[in-house]
Amino acid sequence: MTFQEKLEKNIWGLLIMVAIVVSIGGIVEIVPLFYLDNTVEKLTKDEDSIRPYTALELEGRDVYIREGCYLCHSQMIRPFRDEKERYGHYSLAAESKYDHPFQWGSKRTGPDLARVGGKYSDAWQRQHLRAPRSLVPESVMPNYAFFDKNIIDDSLTERKMRALSKVGVPYTDADFAGAAAAVHGKSEMDAVVAYLQVLGTMVKFEKGKDYRE
Amino acid sequence: MTNILFKSKEVEKVVGSSSENPNYNFGIVKAFAVCAVVYLVVGALVGDIIAWQLSFPALNLNEYLSFGRLRPLHTNAVIFAFGGCTLMATAFYVVQRTCAVPLWSNRMAWFTFWGWNLVIVAAVISFPMGWTQGKEYAELEWPVDILIAVVWLSYMFNFIMTIANRKTSHIYVANWFFLGMMVMITYLHVVNSLAIPVTMTKSYSIFSGVHDAMIQWWWGHNAVGFFLTAGFLGIMYYFIPKQADLPIFSYRLSVLHFWALMFGYVWLGAHHLQYTALPDWAGSLGAAVSIAMIIPSWGGAINGLMTLSGAWSKLRDDYVLRFLVVSLAFYAMSTFEGPVMSLKTVNALSHYTDWTIGHVHSGALGWVAMVSIGAIYHLVTRLWKTDIHSVPLVNSHFWIHTIGTVIYICAMWVSGIMQGLMWRATDDYGNLVYSFAETVVAMHPYYVLRSVGGLLVLLGALIMLYNIVMTIRGAGQPKAVAAQAARA
Repeated sequence: MTFQEKLEKNIWGLLIMVAIVVSIGGIVEIVPLFYLDNTVEKLTKDEDSIRPYTALELEGRDVYIREGCYLCHSQMIRPFRDEKERYGHYSLAAESKYDHPFQWGSKRTGPDLARVGGKYSDAWQRQHLRAPRSLVPESVMPNYAFFDKNIIDDSLTERKMRALSKVGVPYTDADFAGAAAAVHGKSEMDAVVAYLQVLGTMVKFEKGKDYRE
Repeated sequence: MTNILFKSKEVEKVVGSSSENPNYNFGIVKAFAVCAVVYLVVGALVGDIIAWQLSFPALNLNEYLSFGRLRPLHTNAVIFAFGGCTLMATAFYVVQRTCAVPLWSNRMAWFTFWGWNLVIVAAVISFPMGWTQGKEYAELEWPVDILIAVVWLSYMFNFIMTIANRKTSHIYVANWFFLGMMVMITYLHVVNSLAIPVTMTKSYSIFSGVHDAMIQWWWGHNAVGFFLTAGFLGIMYYFIPKQADLPIFSYRLSVLHFWALMFGYVWLGAHHLQYTALPDWAGSLGAAVSIAMIIPSWGGAINGLMTLSGAWSKLRDDYVLRFLVVSLAFYAMSTFEGPVMSLKTVNALSHYTDWTIGHVHSGALGWVAMVSIGAIYHLVTRLWKTDIHSVPLVNSHFWIHTIGTVIYICAMWVSGIMQGLMWRATDDYGNLVYSFAETVVAMHPYYVLRSVGGLLVLLGALIMLYNIVMTIRGAGQPKAVAAQAARA
């Protein structure tokens, strides 16, 4: 009797074999990412000002996730000439190391946002979120005028930061203590704009350096 | 290799026995089958709404019904509500018929039924409210994730115990595929959903950045590879031979198909991250295995199609077989297209564009929906022991669904490739030719066309729902006999 035939007559054997066979690919591709040193780029002190999001930025990011922005906007610039022209330097793994969950996205119904920070003024961002077609007539983005009316719940901010610190984001006691005050009375609009304006601004790239060896 | 299952007499005995075990639990199969049809209508409806929203953004009526909140509702409704109910109906049906025993536990089966529907209700509330984990196809928040895990394990446990109790000597091939799907989805769901809770409706993934990305696409591609492929291949391996009344073409091919699929599919997720900040080796590995996967995928498609060799004339008047066979043609097409899109050079163009959306829908509407629809029409007539209410309506469903799918896919091919080319176009001086906004305008006609294709699919689903409701209502009445006469 062949091995296959034995399995066909024994549900437990089949179950164990299947459980082993389907796990191999995932183990080989995922596990090394956690211990290979070059998975997340090493940056010099001059380059690296990557920090956890401030309380307001974090609240803005949560609104971004809630609204499903990642379904139409990527945050991952690829190393192509046209993407460099359009969006800027290609993205590094280090830039999203505090992103729980990652927001790289898979679709660009709208443009990439990985380096949108500082590209437009706060006033432009607010108006664009309220009524995208007032600034970009061709846009198909929904209006987010209600961001102005919704006030951030400051009682949750510290809890959010504490949860993130448990999974490795280096928030300090000072961050926790100041969290509620930092977002008190702010609207969701303030928060989203703060988040958008910091995107892609935390690394000072050295010209001509190859960050992906 | 001796192969008793695939000799036609044994197939008759195992797959096609005419003597019914009166203890079979067909009530649960009926319940899941009806739910599947209802959720097909709902999923297609939400899908078409968001397609129109992309064509005409004024249709984003308020914060609860905006594209970003409805899109997860669409994907979850079609994958987990429609797909899930179809898999639960068919697996519970096939496992009883091929093992010649009733389900191990009826109570547990009904727990699975109500639990799964509770998950779906939770999704319908969660997504418009914006309660999401922000990972595609795994958006549901942690309390619902725990419920999913419990319900899923009850489904798997009942299935395995039914096989353990079987009266047949071998485990039929369809059950291997169902089993593989159940095991892998358990792994994927549990690992990818690991999160640290903040409130009942908010949590953060325990992984971040590049690690979270790899784990998400390991999940994302295997939701396709196992939930939407392996599970539905289980349907194919039972319902095609059964409907055609012929044994599966090749036993050896099905063994190869099964193990290659189980081993290989798992690796593909990394090809979603070509040229991203994921290390190159992982993306290349994903692409290499993706290309190799053409062989088992086509082996499986050929195995299904060749089952009909010498009996192709059945397609002329067998409406169910038509759905099943065309689904295999779409399966073969999208399992070729997928590996091509995973190649770096092609991916550089196709990634982030509508081409991906088109590819997904050639698999979802062409393969998954069609094989499910065929299986459900087959199931309904067997479970309620009657003829279908109206054969012309099934035929119109077939054509409306097929045309809708083809319109959808073609629109997305054109818009996707055009979009990719417009983004990278540079003039003689090296400047970008098009602003992003210009590419959005260029997509508009194709978005409208896609919405029309989706509308046809929705129309087909409504016809199916009507036809099945009428069939069930007419079961056991003299009309059913008349229908049988009319068909003859």
